[in-house]
Amino acid sequence: MATPSAAIPATRKRPVAGQLSGADGVAWAVTLFFALLILAVTLALVIQLWNNSAPSREKSGFGFLTSSLWNPVTDQFGALPFIYGTVITAFLALLISVPLGVGAAIYLSELAPTKLSNALTFLVELLAAVPSVIFGLIAIFTLVPLMRSTIEPALKSALGFTPFFTGPAFGVGYLTAGLILSIMTFPYIISVSREALMSVPREQREAALALGATKWESTWDAVLPFARLGIMGSIFLALARALGETMAVTMVIGNDPAIHASLLSPGYTIAAVVANEFTEATGKVYLAALVELGLVLFVLTMIINGLAQLLIVVTTKKGSAKA
Amino acid sequence: MTSRNARRNAVNNVMLSLTAVCAFLTVSTLFLILAYLVYNGGKSINPQFFTNLPVGQGETGGGIANAIVGSAEIVALASVFGLPVGFLAGVYLSEFSGKVLGFLIRYTADLLNGVPSIVIGIFAWALLVVPMHGYSTIAAGFALSLMLVPITARATEQFLQEVPRTMREGALALGASKWRSIATVIVPAARKGIMTGMILGVARISGETAPLLFTALGNQFWNSGLTQPTASLPVVIFNYATAPYEDWHRQAWAAGLVLLGLVLIANISARLIVSRGMSIPK
Repeated sequence: MATPSAAIPATRKRPVAGQLSGADGVAWAVTLFFALLILAVTLALVIQLWNNSAPSREKSGFGFLTSSLWNPVTDQFGALPFIYGTVITAFLALLISVPLGVGAAIYLSELAPTKLSNALTFLVELLAAVPSVIFGLIAIFTLVPLMRSTIEPALKSALGFTPFFTGPAFGVGYLTAGLILSIMTFPYIISVSREALMSVPREQREAALALGATKWESTWDAVLPFARLGIMGSIFLALARALGETMAVTMVIGNDPAIHASLLSPGYTIAAVVANEFTEATGKVYLAALVELGLVLFVLTMIINGLAQLLIVVTTKKGSAKA
Repeated sequence: MTSRNARRNAVNNVMLSLTAVCAFLTVSTLFLILAYLVYNGGKSINPQFFTNLPVGQGETGGGIANAIVGSAEIVALASVFGLPVGFLAGVYLSEFSGKVLGFLIRYTADLLNGVPSIVIGIFAWALLVVPMHGYSTIAAGFALSLMLVPITARATEQFLQEVPRTMREGALALGASKWRSIATVIVPAARKGIMTGMILGVARISGETAPLLFTALGNQFWNSGLTQPTASLPVVIFNYATAPYEDWHRQAWAAGLVLLGLVLIANISARLIVSRGMSIPK
């Protein structure tokens, strides 16, 4: 960003309408209009969420975020069970997908021959293209029965003394949702982390190797620290995806608007409750409460995404600076 | 000293093997998904599945013809709205934008791209469904176009930026005006990349379900116009998979196979265009 204005190529120079001749001015104005449309639409989105959640915000106030009672019949709306479910499932997802994703990214950037690395990355990116409802479909009919019959009983007998693995094994719940989210998020971690690792200068690796480090030591001590901002960015990106993910979670979360310590028990997330109840919501406050949940989710993901973009931009800058 | 080195070597080998395991584990999930879908969906696909309307609960022999047409209509509408807007915004970002406004629009596009799809659905509902007093194909197309615009804009910008400066300078040196050089030299040079971005974007939105739930809603029959509720593939998969009927589960698998097939074909062909394309300087 610190480039002096003299170094900016002519094509990137800020045009003023007066400097451009007739047709150029028209092209500038037309494309500017559509670019501004992006700003306008995003602004409209925020305004609509704010306005349509007004009845709920006026009724519940700040208590909306701290109450755990969700009872549409008596018009009492507390978002805490959903916020809890959203955060817990996203956290579980990252717990699995971060080591797996970063490990895979290390293999793809440091070890695999270029051709194999490109082929595997292509497949990982295809995985990112699989629609969320397909993950849900497969989870309902394969993962849920497997969790119910095998994995959850095993977890209970091994770790049942902790509060996190108690209660009946339903198959649906926080843990199942977290598992499916981990599969949906590691493509993002892999492809962004791989880019970050590949933009680490070669000298960094060679210096470590020349000092007698093993391949792993050079990767762990010299390459990873250099790429850590980009990897952090990829994790935030995955976190934002996990928080906002709707369909797959809706299909396996179990739809119970309460807070449970046990990861095996059914729960609910913000996106899932909006997806399930929006078209059935009767009453102004009920509908507004669901829109307000959307607003909460929007703010949450915007903060995380903003951080992710910032981190990725910072590292990409660093990576391109050497070129 | 030797034992220390032996340990370091052991750690090296174990950790490096672990990263390989991670890579193959993650990639294998794609094949697991494909295998399950082909196995379960393949045995449910027959001609009636593509030509029949849904039948009542408990009956067999229904199809998803209306959902396939509905999805095609929604995605076509979204592309008509979204692709030109995204493309022109991308041209602005790459060719005309100043520092401050360019940064602002770029950042906003990235944020819009990260908005959870369910929130996009709420927005489209508030903006179109409420004033029009009903769920409609148009509202669904609008919702999906909101997701398509930032993807298209950023892809267009990225590929225009990769056009070599010499080509721009060549055009300008021949006396072409700015818009002429954009329209006849720069955009054609980046054509393949931009098209790839567009295909990937359309493939991504065509699998989106959440924004359709309360815009398109769903329909047991053919929709009678763009202002009416319509069936769509992703919503049918969601509804059938979560319903307690055996025959619906069978159809959900088949519909899932159709949807994933379309999305993967679009993805693979788009990437093939890139790898064969001469327009992308590597």
